[in-house]
Amino acid sequence: MTTAYNADEMMTVTAARQLRNGAVCFVGIGLPSAACNLARRTHAPDLVLIYESGTVGTRPQVLPLSIGDGELAATATCVVSLPEVFAHYLQRGRVDVGFLSAAQIDGYGNLNSTVIGDYARPTVRLPGSGGAPDIAACAREVLIIMKQSPRSFVARLDFMTSCGYLGGTGERRRAGFPGAGPRAVITDFGILRPDAVTEELQLVAIYPGATVDAARAATGWPLRVAPTLETLPAPDPADLAVLRELQAATQAAHARALRIDLPRPAQT
Amino acid sequence: MPLLSLREAIAGHVRDGQSIALEGFTHLIPFAAGHEIIRQGRRALHLIRMTPDLIHDQMIGMGCATQLTFSWGGNPGVGSLYRLRDAIERGWPQPLAIAEHTHAEMAVAYQAGASGLPCGLMRCYADTDLDRARGGRLARIACPFTGAALRAVPAITPDVTILHAQQVDREGNVLLRGIIGAAREAALAARCLLVTVEERVDRLAAPANAVVLPHWLISAVSVVPGGAHPSYAAGCYERDNRFYVEWDDIARQRERFQLWMQEHVLASADHAELLRRLRITA
Repeated sequence: MTTAYNADEMMTVTAARQLRNGAVCFVGIGLPSAACNLARRTHAPDLVLIYESGTVGTRPQVLPLSIGDGELAATATCVVSLPEVFAHYLQRGRVDVGFLSAAQIDGYGNLNSTVIGDYARPTVRLPGSGGAPDIAACAREVLIIMKQSPRSFVARLDFMTSCGYLGGTGERRRAGFPGAGPRAVITDFGILRPDAVTEELQLVAIYPGATVDAARAATGWPLRVAPTLETLPAPDPADLAVLRELQAATQAAHARALRIDLPRPAQT
Repeated sequence: MPLLSLREAIAGHVRDGQSIALEGFTHLIPFAAGHEIIRQGRRALHLIRMTPDLIHDQMIGMGCATQLTFSWGGNPGVGSLYRLRDAIERGWPQPLAIAEHTHAEMAVAYQAGASGLPCGLMRCYADTDLDRARGGRLARIACPFTGAALRAVPAITPDVTILHAQQVDREGNVLLRGIIGAAREAALAARCLLVTVEERVDRLAAPANAVVLPHWLISAVSVVPGGAHPSYAAGCYERDNRFYVEWDDIARQRERFQLWMQEHVLASADHAELLRRLRITA
């Protein structure tokens, strides 16, 4: 296997490493789901994954295309209803980490997944809230994984779907949210974390080969850099191998043609 | 609980202008029933669903709906629902009024509807732009006992809820297995409940706490094998993820979408014929 890797792989491996073994994690679909399942297959075998479809403690062999694939239910500890997963697990405070992505993020970790442009006459209508606002509010902490670009890392969101630190400097805490807010934003350049006082996101770690100038150019606000900027190690070849195996199995599974053998002809 | 053909069930129970919830979270989505609504040309429907799926893209694109209540409208893991977007962004084929929630709010709203309550409650923190955009349709109240900030979400009570399920027994009781989403709450919140099922059996293979809808709650059951395709029915067939990926191309342009609907859904007399046309069944 080659040890060369791309920025997407670096991002997913780095995101997976943010999850501690044994944590209870509410997983968004897409990049978060890939990172969570990589973590579960490498350093965090006891990571408890909850998807908003009500699948609790699921251990999928291939990455789900949707949050409700049969694979998630078949490998879960239990499958609960939607009102239960949001009320009894999330709102009740039983989730350690919410793992999210979005179309836009601002400098205080607030997220937009609703519209680009005006809400009533949007330029682009995005899917909307889903579980994100409640995950962002109630999970003890939030991890965010997003590719960095001036269109996605913006000074001002077109729409605030999910709350991060609001305007910063304690505004979130004063509003009484049970969860602490975004602990880290993992991008294809490195890791951003909130400043201890202002809660503005700043670049704290960078990938080998990435530059601060490039990260700044990919950010729509004047990106601050931590006084000591860490350079992250290249991804572990073992992690890369597991990630590629997972993605290959997923691709094959999603491309398979479906045939239904009906038990009997339709009765009326 | 009459056992009807799907054509009879839709003709008898779904009328223009009604609010219709087709539920089932990714799993057990009643595609066959949605297609029959399209074939019968229902208009001005208020569609309700947490995650409007491909079937809603189809109903909206074919002009069945003027309102949508929802909490997440995309093609899961793929991207946009282009017909839904076209309706919201450009009013094609007609304007679509939206009432938007979060998943948690909508779950609470169905639960309130199923419980005979005018509203449901959840915890409330800072307002998001969604709270501002819908201007007062949800209300902030204080808990009378603790003073805690709560959000009151008005109940959802559909005129008709339609579900797909695995089995119906001789008496007409229906069993759902696997991911259930808010299907049970949507069923119990509705004034009229229609169900399509994979098969009819003598007795349901149901443990004591299984999700069973008793026959006297149900207005009509139709046996429609494969009725959730391209969604799935756990224990019967898997989700057709390939079709969900292909839909991205089919739905992107108005003309291609209309042609596809014409050549598949409208050209098929029923769901069994559609599945043969799609080469899903022999």
